[in-house]
Amino acid sequence: MTQPVDCDPRVEVDVRGPRFAAAITTVVLAVILLTLDSTLGATLLVIQTLVFALGAFLGLRYQPYGILFRTLVQPRLAPPSEFEDAAPPRFAALVGFIFTAVALVGLVTGMSVIAYVAVAMALGAAFLNAAFGFCLGCEMYLIGRRIFARPVAA
Amino acid sequence: MRGLSLVLVVLVAATAFGLWRRQTDGRMKSVGGGSKAERERGAVQFPVPVGDDDPEVDVVAASTAEHGGEQLTAAQLGAELGSEATLVQFSTAFCQPCRATRRILDEVAGMVAGTVHIEIDAEAHLDLVRRLDVRRTPTVLVLDSQGRISKRAVGLPRKADVIAALGQVIRS
Repeated sequence: MTQPVDCDPRVEVDVRGPRFAAAITTVVLAVILLTLDSTLGATLLVIQTLVFALGAFLGLRYQPYGILFRTLVQPRLAPPSEFEDAAPPRFAALVGFIFTAVALVGLVTGMSVIAYVAVAMALGAAFLNAAFGFCLGCEMYLIGRRIFARPVAA
Repeated sequence: MRGLSLVLVVLVAATAFGLWRRQTDGRMKSVGGGSKAERERGAVQFPVPVGDDDPEVDVVAASTAEHGGEQLTAAQLGAELGSEATLVQFSTAFCQPCRATRRILDEVAGMVAGTVHIEIDAEAHLDLVRRLDVRRTPTVLVLDSQGRISKRAVGLPRKADVIAALGQVIRS
């Protein structure tokens, strides 16, 4: 069995938190895509990459948008009724980090097409998550396991 | 300008995909070589199970790819089949819709006599996963009393659809 992404596999979070974070992420990525040829866009891209990295490598409690949710939004909402594992949103943050890191490399090396495409893909994934609750990482997970796990005798 | 068109393209494409998924998720599809009567007449061929090599290739006909009519045994599933029907659910860890699916299938199995719910950890049964071409979780297979796959749903199913599917499977 693979190890769960989160250190404590039973960490659960209010489902609205990651959806809120995904919504903010969607807006930020859209702005980045619109301003990628300027310093504003580049700065935002660096910031968003860091945001993803915090969530992916340190855990959801360190994800800035999640912190925003917990401190500003959640107290104003009804108490949480639905929980989910922290692992899929964390894996999604990792996927987001990879996209934005690749975009940064593209930007820095002058291959702006790569940067645009990578940010566009991250935007698509974040939007699907925010608007439809769709978890791209979760979907890729099983297919990845099928391909990379050693064949087992039937 | 380039940024704006990209944003629009992405949002439109993602919305289209999201809506399509919402439509098709959890829909119970009939698979298999027609009704029992047709099979007994020899009117329909049993499809040949697809080998467990390349999971990406999908050039076989729809019914074969969906493994209709293929029979699963209690030994393969690690649990006894239901006397009337069996609900087989493939799940992975940390899969939110799988939890909701489990609740629904447990309830329905409790309501319909002779029906059992078997949940399979996809990662621990990659051989079955490859053989049955399970790509997403939850994937729910409805088996008849003989263990033949009669219906298949990918994504969270609606309770009413599961009950209706069982009704069809048990009656035929």
